[in-house]
Amino acid sequence: MINTLTDKKTSNYYYYLLAGLFLFSISILDVVLYSFFKINLTNFLPDILGLFLPLIIGFVGLHLIRIEYSGIKSIDLINKNINTNNFNAFLTLLIIFAIVKATPPSLSWMIFDANISGESKEACTGTGACWTYVKVWFRRFMYGMYPNDLHWRINTAFILVIGLGFFGFFLKDNLKKYLALYYVIIYPIIAFLVIYYLISGGSFGLVWVETGAWGGLSLTFIVSFFCLIFCFPLGMILALGRRSNLPMIRYISVGYIEFWRGVPLITVLFMSSVMFPMFLPEDFFMDKLVRVIIAITLFEGAYCAEAIRGGLQSLPRGQYDAAKSLGMGYWKMHIFVILPQALKLVIPGICNTFLALVKDTPLIFVVGLAEIAGMLALAKTNPKWLGFAMEGYIFAAIIFWIICYAMSKYSYNLENKYKTER
Amino acid sequence: MNNKIKRFIPQILTLLFVIGVIGFFTLNAQVNMDNRGIDFGFGFLKQESSFDVQFSLIEYSGSHSYARAYLVGLLNTLLVSFISIIFCTILGVIIGVSRLSSNFLIRNSAAWYVEFFRNIPLLLQIFFWYYAALRALPLPEKAAPWFGVTFMTIKGYYIPSFIWNNLDVFLYSILAVIICILFINSYAKKLRETSGKQIPLFFISIGLLIVLPALSFLIGGVSLDFEIPVLKKLSQTSYTYEGGIGLPPELIALVLALSLYTSTFVAECVRAGIQGVSKGQKEAAASVGLTPNQILKLVIMPQALRIIIPPTTNQYLNLTKNSSLAAAIAYPDLVLVFAGTALMQTGKAIEIVSITMLTYLSISLAIAALMNWYNKKIEIKEK
Repeated sequence: MINTLTDKKTSNYYYYLLAGLFLFSISILDVVLYSFFKINLTNFLPDILGLFLPLIIGFVGLHLIRIEYSGIKSIDLINKNINTNNFNAFLTLLIIFAIVKATPPSLSWMIFDANISGESKEACTGTGACWTYVKVWFRRFMYGMYPNDLHWRINTAFILVIGLGFFGFFLKDNLKKYLALYYVIIYPIIAFLVIYYLISGGSFGLVWVETGAWGGLSLTFIVSFFCLIFCFPLGMILALGRRSNLPMIRYISVGYIEFWRGVPLITVLFMSSVMFPMFLPEDFFMDKLVRVIIAITLFEGAYCAEAIRGGLQSLPRGQYDAAKSLGMGYWKMHIFVILPQALKLVIPGICNTFLALVKDTPLIFVVGLAEIAGMLALAKTNPKWLGFAMEGYIFAAIIFWIICYAMSKYSYNLENKYKTER
Repeated sequence: MNNKIKRFIPQILTLLFVIGVIGFFTLNAQVNMDNRGIDFGFGFLKQESSFDVQFSLIEYSGSHSYARAYLVGLLNTLLVSFISIIFCTILGVIIGVSRLSSNFLIRNSAAWYVEFFRNIPLLLQIFFWYYAALRALPLPEKAAPWFGVTFMTIKGYYIPSFIWNNLDVFLYSILAVIICILFINSYAKKLRETSGKQIPLFFISIGLLIVLPALSFLIGGVSLDFEIPVLKKLSQTSYTYEGGIGLPPELIALVLALSLYTSTFVAECVRAGIQGVSKGQKEAAASVGLTPNQILKLVIMPQALRIIIPPTTNQYLNLTKNSSLAAAIAYPDLVLVFAGTALMQTGKAIEIVSITMLTYLSISLAIAALMNWYNKKIEIKEK
């Protein structure tokens, strides 16, 4: 009714706007004052009314300023974005109030009342988080039980592996055609050797460190890195197999893919730790970490195959026909025509598979490898540091969130980039 | 001829390779088991299990067999999956619709919700709820009741249990309602196709759903009592609740983590589905004179559901598979009870791991087969 009034008498709608803005800001001010400074403006009212008063006032305020067009930029923006109808205005207020109410306690827990100085549990005197715990255990969370003075070996190995990964970008143009060869075959081998000789040690005067001591975030990276580079070729072969017109190859590929996609990773890891040793020849010992990497590779290979199959299917038939009409055989056609186009299309899909892989790596903790979740479980039960589970999990969650969010944004960008090209 | 051989050789080679790998493994397994004195067989399933399970839906104790323990684990897995699926669907639909809202704040909070919960590993979320969040709950004797009759404590969530009289009459009435609704549905469809008349199907269904069960209470002699959990002292310092149903904290942590995590994926499916219906459909429906309500019900939803349901089912499947992470916080699901405790006791690694994997595999394949059938059914038949 008020809106119709404002429409009819354009001369007095300013009063409505002023009144609405006033009420809206009063309601916000009330909530902000109460939650940040504990000042209660509505002391004189009964409790139950005081609780809902800001909501009611704000709602009336938003109702008053809701008009088609006012000519004032900020008000138009509000009306268009958060105040299109009564229901939206109500939800808007609820969300604003929830954010305002939740900010002070979480801020004070995480920052203002938190402790980070000191070296032991006694340093944590505040009511907030005890970041001292994370600080003291930081090296353990990152490197596991790897000896402290040898951490440079892990760092060097990672820098080398990443550097070698970027090596392809600096190749000369006449060598670019070997890029795929480099990434699919040479790079994994070099990376494996680097990690084996640097992190494991045992030769070149480096002390041997058994894989049981590896752990923390660096183990997450090692496991996901190897699984990625191994599961990609496996997925490619399976995807081609699934689209092959030879029935036996097709059935075997389908069976393989559907089997691994149908079971949870945790049972696969169980299999690798308790069942797989039974299948190996006598006195043939395989390291636990290697077994886990093989298990995850076989598992993710099936998902990878499905992602690549999506790319193969989305290529128009004409590409196949054209390649065949030029007299190309199966392998020539795939290597020079189909795969270069299809793989470009599936980069986002592969990225998502890799994202899932990184999120799955904490699971290796069930077979006794102390990856970051495992280190947290270990630190949590340490008698000197009881009762800081929350800080540890929040720390790990932040790290994983940053990694995964960056990857998902990257894959999203790639998706958009290739969408526009076609 | 040449062509035939060309097709033949790779297939034979692949087959030989697969058979070779399997044969190699079987041979090794045979030798290894002979050396360790383990024999292969499923006879152990009938043996007495002699371990206890904390939480089970069916009667179970150490004197029951391993097969029964398997059933307990399977039922617990299905229970946690079922509850989580319900919650993640509700949350996912709300978030998915919110992501398309015209309200800037709602749209962005929904987007951040999705980004937040999707990018943290599920295992960490489960640990967070179980070890950090639920440990901050009060002890049983200090817990304040929620809604007057339920108690959220560090030892679990205690809710009243139902005690039915003449439950069968009530169930028959529900069955009757379902049959009635199906009949009315087909009648309404016929009516719409022949004469174009619409009847308010939704309200009739809701009405029936209320009236018939209510009649069963009034006439059929059905009655419902509640058993409210009561605080009981075990010893000097330890209290617990008796009566009612106690949901263990493992179950709560698992349901929270699974439904929050999966709801983000469901939300994305819902959003994609609604966005997938082209604008022209809506405009065409409006131009033939349908009301906004009818447009949503008769034009948008049927088409959006066609896009939403297949990937959502996939997410449900993922949720069921992810529920195996329960083993990490000692919720007695299939993996913990069977592939954990039972395996430790019997040492039958190959049999038990295969049974566990086959169970999950058959659940997945059954749902996948159902999905394929559904997809075939709803496929747009172009002429």
